[in-house]
Amino acid sequence: MTQATAILDERRAQVLRNGESGGEVACGKASTAGSVSQRACVFCGSRVVLYPIADAVHLVHGPVGCAVYTWDIRGALSSGPQLHRNSFCTDLQELDVIHGGEKKLERCLRELVNTYHPQAAFVYSTCIAGIIGDDIGAVCRKASAEYGIPVIPVMSEGFKGTKKDGYRAACEALSTLIGTGDATAIGPHSINILGEFNIAGETWIIRDYFSKMGIEVAATMTGDGRIADIRRAHGAKLNLVQCSGSMVYLSKIMEERYGIPLKRVSYFGIEDMAQALYDVAAFFHDPEIMRRARELVRSELAVLLPQLKTYRRQLEGRRAAIYVGGAFKAFSLVRALRHLGMQTVVVGSQTGNADDYRQLKELCDPGTIIVDDSNPIELAAFVKEKAVDLFIGGVKERPIAYKLGIGFCDHNHERKKALAGFAGMLNFAQEVHATVTSPVWKYVPRQRIAISAERSVPT
Amino acid sequence: MSTALEPNLESTRNACKLCTPLGACLVFRGIQGALPFLHGSQGCATYIRRYIISHFREPMDIASSNFSEATAVFGGGENLTRGLDNVIRQYHPALIGIATTCLSETIGEDVPGMVRDYAATRAGIPGFPALVHVSTASYRGTHMDGFHHAVRAVIHALAREGLVLPRQINLFPGLISPADLRHLREMVAGFGLTPVVLPDYADTLDGPTWADYQTIPAGGTTLAELTATGRSMATIQLGRTLALTPESAADVLQTDCSVPACKLGLPIGLRETDAFCQELTRISGQAMPPALASERGRLVDAYVDGHKYLAGKKAVLYGEEDLVVALAAFLTETGVVPVLAASGGKSGHLRHALADAAPETTGDMATQVIDGADFARIEEVAQTLKPDLIIGNSKGAKLARALKIPLIRVGFPIHDRFGGQRFHHLGYRGTQELYDRIVNALLDQTQADNEIGYSYM
Repeated sequence: MTQATAILDERRAQVLRNGESGGEVACGKASTAGSVSQRACVFCGSRVVLYPIADAVHLVHGPVGCAVYTWDIRGALSSGPQLHRNSFCTDLQELDVIHGGEKKLERCLRELVNTYHPQAAFVYSTCIAGIIGDDIGAVCRKASAEYGIPVIPVMSEGFKGTKKDGYRAACEALSTLIGTGDATAIGPHSINILGEFNIAGETWIIRDYFSKMGIEVAATMTGDGRIADIRRAHGAKLNLVQCSGSMVYLSKIMEERYGIPLKRVSYFGIEDMAQALYDVAAFFHDPEIMRRARELVRSELAVLLPQLKTYRRQLEGRRAAIYVGGAFKAFSLVRALRHLGMQTVVVGSQTGNADDYRQLKELCDPGTIIVDDSNPIELAAFVKEKAVDLFIGGVKERPIAYKLGIGFCDHNHERKKALAGFAGMLNFAQEVHATVTSPVWKYVPRQRIAISAERSVPT
Repeated sequence: MSTALEPNLESTRNACKLCTPLGACLVFRGIQGALPFLHGSQGCATYIRRYIISHFREPMDIASSNFSEATAVFGGGENLTRGLDNVIRQYHPALIGIATTCLSETIGEDVPGMVRDYAATRAGIPGFPALVHVSTASYRGTHMDGFHHAVRAVIHALAREGLVLPRQINLFPGLISPADLRHLREMVAGFGLTPVVLPDYADTLDGPTWADYQTIPAGGTTLAELTATGRSMATIQLGRTLALTPESAADVLQTDCSVPACKLGLPIGLRETDAFCQELTRISGQAMPPALASERGRLVDAYVDGHKYLAGKKAVLYGEEDLVVALAAFLTETGVVPVLAASGGKSGHLRHALADAAPETTGDMATQVIDGADFARIEEVAQTLKPDLIIGNSKGAKLARALKIPLIRVGFPIHDRFGGQRFHHLGYRGTQELYDRIVNALLDQTQADNEIGYSYM
């Protein structure tokens, strides 16, 4: 498929070639009908953000699909309860749709609370719950009073916007919890970690760094999350916000309500990880904390850098494509790839905003394709045109890469090895190296054609 | 039923079923040049894509009309039109399979009317695709209902009566692996017959790597073949509970095109595979080919060689109703006792179909049968039965860990092991592979549980 037909007219403004075409990347739009967007829906946005809270019941109010496709879908680990790994659903049937599902929701809540004794319950609204007009708020208020735990409606009807609106609905749900616990025991050097979901235990790595610096982590939202911690999160002195798309809204609420300032950080890659630690140390104006931060970074890099060198030698000059959910991750990945000698030639996200894309334009080399809300046909055309050696994405991007004989790194829910922190950077290098330098590519059609074309070029 | 159990909860806890549009999408994927299209929210298409990719590890494009709030209020006609236009522009499909979602069903969209109008305004455009609509509200039934309804919708839309094509038969196998699809084809060909298989995603969901990206992967049953299903000698439809469900695709062909319908179980084990082969013999007039007879002989030999490893072992089975019935029919031939047969499906025919296919399950060691089951329920019941093994898809992994017994992965989805799309289950050969896997899983368990580590088992 040629470049001309790969991009639908309605989508042209959402694709930009850095330095070659002026203007900005159009974004924040609903997906074009028929475009096979890689995005999911509002419900998905809420579900992924709240999912890691391990001691809550997460009840999906709707027909079975929304619940069953999100059953244990994220590798968000818990150090204790595992309640979040279940898929609870009211499983609305035709008669419920006709007569309304509120009574069924009430009954389901009762039996789930009585069976699992959760610290809270989240009730997710779906397309159908929204359309039939169930008053989920009222059911939740009643249940909350009856069971003495927070029962929180999450207004995540799938059609009411994009995944980003789902993040917002999740933040609103969380904001009703914050401030309801006793925060007096939280010390002066305390932070909340927002937008970190403990995939492959990454929250634990970050918490460990902060503990070494003498920083108290009041709550993580939501990786390895607990309701009691979230309820007292207003006692922390600083909010560290990763995954800008999902949690900035909550941190702004907390800033307004409790005067807690926020810092946007990323824990991926060497510079971003170190910067996050230094930012926190600087915030508390305590030379001892800064000394510990420096010491930590120094000792971690002393181990990491020599190891990275060996990988870099074999990866130098290779090209990468990145397509991720939130754009913040892309910034870190572009930088992390540079440490490995690799150049990012295609980069895009499902939910980036204008600011994100401006930053990407500054960060990336001329000619890099920057794309918002892409789809398989576009992505396939871009990675082919730019002859990439590596594709970084999630499960839905994996077959695009593999079918075309391109290495792949999962930077999404399904990763099993931590990619955050300094240890994560080494894992990342190892994974990129393993896939890019694999012998299997010698046998795939695309490479065989490339090799024979090279050989036939007259010298 | 044991009395120690908690009463069944009304909420669904870890569903043993998927939603209806997923089944329809799989069917459309098995037609050459076809693209599935969901009329509803973007999320449905994306979730189903992701789910299917996690099993097959292949691209699975599903378009969506991408409802917004305004669409949900004012109707999705415009989105459907724009979405279909865009899909035709980019994918050049031969057929678009339009399945509804619970959203478009609930707001009462007249999708057949919209599709008709759309096609009318674009009539005569060269290369304009066939459009097939299927109603798949996910508050009605499971993925298997969506699957069978889609098969019926395709046949209803495309099949045409005509002179009978000698040696051609229709085969509607249900949801089976690409490897099984290939094997069934081979079996049918062995009797000198040519099957038209619907769906046939053997290549589209288990294909080679590419030099260029294929917007719609090669493979699948062609539209011409589907049109000619009305001229086949017979239709073989697999699935014991499906056989008890009225108005299947086979019935449509029998009524509309006078193609006789044969309704059989999924051919797992000797008896169900014998029945399948007998039907092929009856239709073709040919005896079982020697190669197939040898496979049958080897399977019986394996039953004998392995019977003591399996004698009296108690198995928990779960999955689609027709799969569970076929597995029970097979296992009762080997000495394994199916103590629990559970499905998230609720056709109302599970118990009856099971008794027919595997009469042993109604005897002294009566099998507990639960339809409309979820995994929380399956776990509760299984805990009381002290089973030795579990046979089902990846969703039972948690149960297997809890009970510390092996899970032999079959069916769909398999997303915690490799190669699920290439697992055989059907025919003598497929049963043989499955049998070997079961015996070896139990031997692995025996070895893991003893301190010696025997050299010979």
